[in-house]
Amino acid sequence: MTDALADDQTDELAGFRRDARQWLEENCPSSMRTPSAGEADIVWGGRNASFSSEDQKVWMERMAERGWTVPTWPQEYGGGGLSKAEGKALMQEMKALGCRNPLYSFGIHMLGPALLKYGNEEQKKKYLPEIIRGEIRWCQGYSEPGAGSDLASLKTKAEDKGDHYLVNGQKVWTSYADQSDWIFCLVRTDFDAPKHNGISFLLIDMESPGVSTKPIKLISGRSPFCETFFDDVKVPKENLVGEAGRGWDIAKYLLTHEREMIGGLGFGLASGIDAAALAKETSGIDGDRVADPILRAEIAALEIDAAAFAATMERIRDEAKAGQGTGAASSMLKYYGTELNKRRQELLMRIAGSDGLEWEGERSNDGAMPRAWLRSRANSIEGGTSEIQLNIIAKRILELPGQ
Amino acid sequence: MPLLLSEEQQLLQDATRGFLADKAPVSALRKLRDSADATGYSKELWGEMAEMGWAGVLVPEEHGGLGFGAVGAGIVMEEMGRTLTASPMLSTAIVGASLIARGGSDAQKAEYLPKIAAGEMTTALAVDEGPHHGPRRTSLAAEPSGNGFKLTGDKSFVVDGHVADRLAVAARTSGEAGEADGISLFLVDREADGVTVERTIMVDSRNAARINFDAVQVAGDDILGSIDAGFEVLDGALDLGRACLAAELTGVARESFERTVDYLKERQQFGTAIGAFQSLQHRAAHVYSEIELARSITLKALQAIDAGDPAAARLASTAKAKVGGVARLATNEAVQMYGGIGMTDEFDIGFFMKRARVADELYGDGRFHADRFAELNAY
Repeated sequence: MTDALADDQTDELAGFRRDARQWLEENCPSSMRTPSAGEADIVWGGRNASFSSEDQKVWMERMAERGWTVPTWPQEYGGGGLSKAEGKALMQEMKALGCRNPLYSFGIHMLGPALLKYGNEEQKKKYLPEIIRGEIRWCQGYSEPGAGSDLASLKTKAEDKGDHYLVNGQKVWTSYADQSDWIFCLVRTDFDAPKHNGISFLLIDMESPGVSTKPIKLISGRSPFCETFFDDVKVPKENLVGEAGRGWDIAKYLLTHEREMIGGLGFGLASGIDAAALAKETSGIDGDRVADPILRAEIAALEIDAAAFAATMERIRDEAKAGQGTGAASSMLKYYGTELNKRRQELLMRIAGSDGLEWEGERSNDGAMPRAWLRSRANSIEGGTSEIQLNIIAKRILELPGQ
Repeated sequence: MPLLLSEEQQLLQDATRGFLADKAPVSALRKLRDSADATGYSKELWGEMAEMGWAGVLVPEEHGGLGFGAVGAGIVMEEMGRTLTASPMLSTAIVGASLIARGGSDAQKAEYLPKIAAGEMTTALAVDEGPHHGPRRTSLAAEPSGNGFKLTGDKSFVVDGHVADRLAVAARTSGEAGEADGISLFLVDREADGVTVERTIMVDSRNAARINFDAVQVAGDDILGSIDAGFEVLDGALDLGRACLAAELTGVARESFERTVDYLKERQQFGTAIGAFQSLQHRAAHVYSEIELARSITLKALQAIDAGDPAAARLASTAKAKVGGVARLATNEAVQMYGGIGMTDEFDIGFFMKRARVADELYGDGRFHADRFAELNAY
């Protein structure tokens, strides 16, 4: 990565990069330098963590030991303690070597940032190290059957019973609830307050009596989401994050993180399947070009937008680092990134032709392509629909009047 | 390098914006059009811009310029996009200066670059021969004659071609139309014998010309770069022009969008500002998002050119293709959201739509650049 090296502003940073690279070269098993083979081949950690190979386990543990599963979290909680610039350098070096992400985790991307900002010291000490080491798998309990885009109308009730809350209600679209150890949850603690003010942010052990889950089968045939039920679940008071009734602030903060993560998919997936290479296989080659001129044009149009989107992610990151930027940018990234990913999946299906329609069997890796296409349709629904993101842009950035 | 303007570049942007708001607002273009100005831009104003250093923004300091590079040129162009300022900035300060700096001999550089930087000489690139951009399709013939060449053929869409002091002409010295090899560049006096210039008034009220070359004699000294190997110099200068047009189109899109958002907040119908209607809010938010992409990819391309990045050509095409489309979207939506008043000549918003259309076409539209992008990515 000579380009990245040239970027390093200080000798110190260049030194860090060299050391990091050397460590990665020595410690990242070679099988972890290949792309993962889909959803079943990534590490989520947790009490019942499953690894598809010994290398996966070794790789996660080695990274966790240095705190590099979350490189920029403070060292006192087991994080890497790296500066933003060092964190970026580490990511660049991992990318250059093709290292896999050692640990996927809602704890890292969603709960952790909320705890760092709103949690008390005991909570940080208890939960953050477990997240970093991949020992506890978290899920998110936000949406309810009656509270989708209008999330603040949620009704799951947490009654104050002195030393604990008594929780009753139902959550829906809880990602991987059936495989998670704990859930961070929005609950209503005050039914008389205006709807945004009666919400609290509660951490609940999924092994608590009264918690049950039921997977939801999606159009892709897979069940990444569940319904989660709370039936007289006792939750200790110390599991409340922040103040009672102020959970909406945390929720908004977290949704921003979620939007950024989902928005990144449009960019991330660009390195998944090479649309042009696939088109050469399915439509033939003319010289070194894709033979079908219409597919070629559609691929170019998509890749041009993807390149412009990647540059936008880069610019917004650089602006944030320089203390500029609007803060509401995550809505734009979420909107554009997810719509872009849907377009990509549509185009891949068109390129694959009838090969892309096979739903079962080894040849199609059990219909990996059509299932990815179907899964992508949810990108612009989950984490706030595209329409909600456009509302946010109109209101917060363009400052257009309300109805 | 961070994808941001440096402090120095921000200062240039502020100074440019202030100058143009004062000296060359959209009303200046309207005045040039309504008075059927023979030049198509204000020579006096170009003199002032040269004093600001813009004419020499790409000219190295040793030849009297600022040497601010592609990002600097793009900053000026984006601001000119906001005010729709007519000037020889693109034809001379960007494409002309770049052709000479890239392809010129030491003597040519020493002769021409200081004049360009001082605003004393203007140039026009004569490359296209048909309604679609395609530098490889150059067929205007250059046949050996005496110690030089004789040029015969036609050029069109030559920006500033009716007033430029020198024409930079892409001609074929060997090979067939469609081949990059065999193209040579010549600097031709616009008033030379055999040159016939027809000014073409374009939809955006800006300059262009059709030019006929009838056995025009050029001397050996007037070759820019090497015989048969002019394409690389040409394409490099074009990429700079393309990235700078993307910058201008970004300015066009941003200005027309900002005006439109203001209008959505003002215009009352059904007892409320029309900006309260979700159908308009969502479209405006979409245009906003597209403009964010336009800004990023333009700066990325300009920085790549300055860094001599091998990806610069691909990024220039990415930017030109993307931003042309964004500017057309933003200006089309502007006219629709303004409604009836947007259709009137009296109102300025239509000027933005017209300029977006022309700048999108110039040096290759989205179709040309999508194809070039695919080719450079080996598909």
